[in-house]
Amino acid sequence: MALTGAESDGANVTAAGVELSGAEIVVQALLDEGVEYAFGYPGGAVLHIYDALFKKGGVKHILVRHEQAAAHAADGYARSTGKCGVCLVTSGPGATNAVTGIATAYMDSIPMVVLTGQVPTPFIGSDAFQEVDTVGITRPCVKHNFLVKDVKDLAVTIRKAFYIATTGRPGPVVVDIPKDVTDPNVKVPYVYPRDIRMRSYNPVERGHLGQIRRAVDLMLEAKRPVFYTGGGVVLGEGSAPLTDLVRATGFPITSTLMGLGAFPGTDDQFLGMLGMHGTYEANMAMHETDVLIAVGARFDDRVTGKIEHFCPHAKIVHIDVDPSSIAKNVKVDVPIVGQVASVLSDMLRLYQERASGAQKTLLADWWAKIAEWRRVDCLRYDQGAEAAIKPQFAVETLYKATQGELYLASDVGQHQMFAAQFHPFDKPRRWINSGGLGTMGYGLPAAIGAQLAHPEAQVACISGDASILMCIQELATCSQYALPIKVMLLNNGYMGMVRQWQELFYESRYSHSYVDALPDFVKLAESFGHVGMRIERPGDLEDAVRDAFAMKDRFVFMDVLVDPTENVYPMIAAGKGHHEMQLSPSLSERELA
Amino acid sequence: MRHIIAVLLENEAGALSRVAGLFSARGYNIESLTVAPTDDPTLSRMTLVTRGNDEIVEQIKKQLNKLIDTVKLLDLSEGPHIEREMMMVKVRAEREAREELKRLADIFRAHIIDVTDTSYVIELTGATNKLDAFIDALPDGSIIEVVRSGPTGIARGEKGLNL
Repeated sequence: MALTGAESDGANVTAAGVELSGAEIVVQALLDEGVEYAFGYPGGAVLHIYDALFKKGGVKHILVRHEQAAAHAADGYARSTGKCGVCLVTSGPGATNAVTGIATAYMDSIPMVVLTGQVPTPFIGSDAFQEVDTVGITRPCVKHNFLVKDVKDLAVTIRKAFYIATTGRPGPVVVDIPKDVTDPNVKVPYVYPRDIRMRSYNPVERGHLGQIRRAVDLMLEAKRPVFYTGGGVVLGEGSAPLTDLVRATGFPITSTLMGLGAFPGTDDQFLGMLGMHGTYEANMAMHETDVLIAVGARFDDRVTGKIEHFCPHAKIVHIDVDPSSIAKNVKVDVPIVGQVASVLSDMLRLYQERASGAQKTLLADWWAKIAEWRRVDCLRYDQGAEAAIKPQFAVETLYKATQGELYLASDVGQHQMFAAQFHPFDKPRRWINSGGLGTMGYGLPAAIGAQLAHPEAQVACISGDASILMCIQELATCSQYALPIKVMLLNNGYMGMVRQWQELFYESRYSHSYVDALPDFVKLAESFGHVGMRIERPGDLEDAVRDAFAMKDRFVFMDVLVDPTENVYPMIAAGKGHHEMQLSPSLSERELA
Repeated sequence: MRHIIAVLLENEAGALSRVAGLFSARGYNIESLTVAPTDDPTLSRMTLVTRGNDEIVEQIKKQLNKLIDTVKLLDLSEGPHIEREMMMVKVRAEREAREELKRLADIFRAHIIDVTDTSYVIELTGATNKLDAFIDALPDGSIIEVVRSGPTGIARGEKGLNL
């Protein structure tokens, strides 16, 4: 391929003067986009593309075992790197299987480009074999989607897809490509536009300085301020300016599930996660705060609790790149639309210009109050030496063994909440979980994406016995690509979170939440060529976890049998406010009597 | 409150379904929606009428703006504007009713655009409430069929909603 060296001379083209088929254009466009991995599964409508991949190479294709996992793996790759994830699936069931993964990425604003095969254009609408209206089905769960009907539009459409997916508030973009558009015998001149402009799409950059000044005014007068930060800080690469600003102001900070790691979780100013399973101190601080600075967070119902009780005393500043996130669920006093990184930098500069040296002393009473709440020690649990392993203890042991030097993917349920509570993250992009959609089955394929992106790093997946079975077929992918992921399964024999709700709100009627026919996970892992371990006693756990992580080049499946009766606390029940937390029964009797 | 919102959209396949899908997915009210290409064939202009309190309408506008195909948006209800809707009514028109219907059409500045021995088709353009008033004024039982375009609108003054 003759490249014209356009990267250096600033021309609007990265390769020109060659004629390529649609299938070759797909592969070349991915190369020009700098795509390292495409996660996919072949099928009829994408055979031309797979043939071009075979002949041309360049982009490394990772063969998953189910298209849902292709999307999750691309998503895990994206979350752990900040780059755009890519997947390639066939028409019909290939596309519908990917939908769960696309919706997962959409809810958490993950940049992803999904290339789907489609039946040839003359067959569209005829109920052809493996035909489905992919653009129609995915419309509500993508940032945008395209159906490419002419090979001449293919390159520019793929460029637009990457541009839309990665700018503004990121999100998945689907490009649906009919088979005839990739016909190897129809060649067109290839031009990949490097710069693209769309008159209908102009994402914002800087925040309005006047608004930022108004926010700083509030911050300077605040007596009980709190930063409340979300996934937008991670996505917008705002971790460094956030950390600087929080340290400069001396304000306490709490984070959503999605924002963990944007500010160091082991820092004294960090109150822990807030919301339904947030800490006592974080939720009480939200209830008492007079100035709330929300950054890249979207006031999700799991965070706010009952809206009528949300931050009743606070003036609210909200920084977000997406104007439609602002004032969607909660009224805001100072809205600031902009990239969080640039807004936070501007905010820090304006704050430092005006803050007096004694500014932090104004907060002494507030920190004293927080210290009181912290003394409740809301996450305390008792791990008896002879008792069953507590899931909290398992998470803490994992943290101790790795010192937080890992990428941790999670499935969805109790284990996810325990991980968020007991495993602090000091860096962004280390905590990889499905927050918005809550997709069971996400963890293992997401860990695949993270491990490929970071081949030298430790990658673990924390899961439950119910979640892991939803994408268990990916054990095969892990063995095909020799991925040394460590799975820690908190095995309680139940759908733990469902069981918890049934215990608390349905008088312990455990309707269909007991998994009566679990496999022998050790043998299952071994059958795929992996190492399996079963850990039943708390005393064995630490050594076992160390042993697992010592096997640097092996996939290790740790089946940890945990106490099936353990619940996640604190908990804010549906319809309650932040101040109405339910603490662990043993705690509430002792501490709050 | 009722809002009439004008949207310039890329004239792409599926743009209309994105708007319709947005309204159903988010549970917004949609009273009417009209769309056609503009003088610039790459652009469509849509007029939609919706109802909701200020917060909801604000969200509707933000969500519409967020659609990648949306080029520009204007809430016509925020300023002086002109609204027009076109209606065709097929009515039973026999014997003495024929004269009465013709007089009524004249009063409303409507036009009779199809005539048979027993029926008229009357065309009327105007603000939505004028069309409603005409329907009310028609003799009971005379209506065979009504078709309305849904309102469309334009702001007063020299400024235009364009690129």
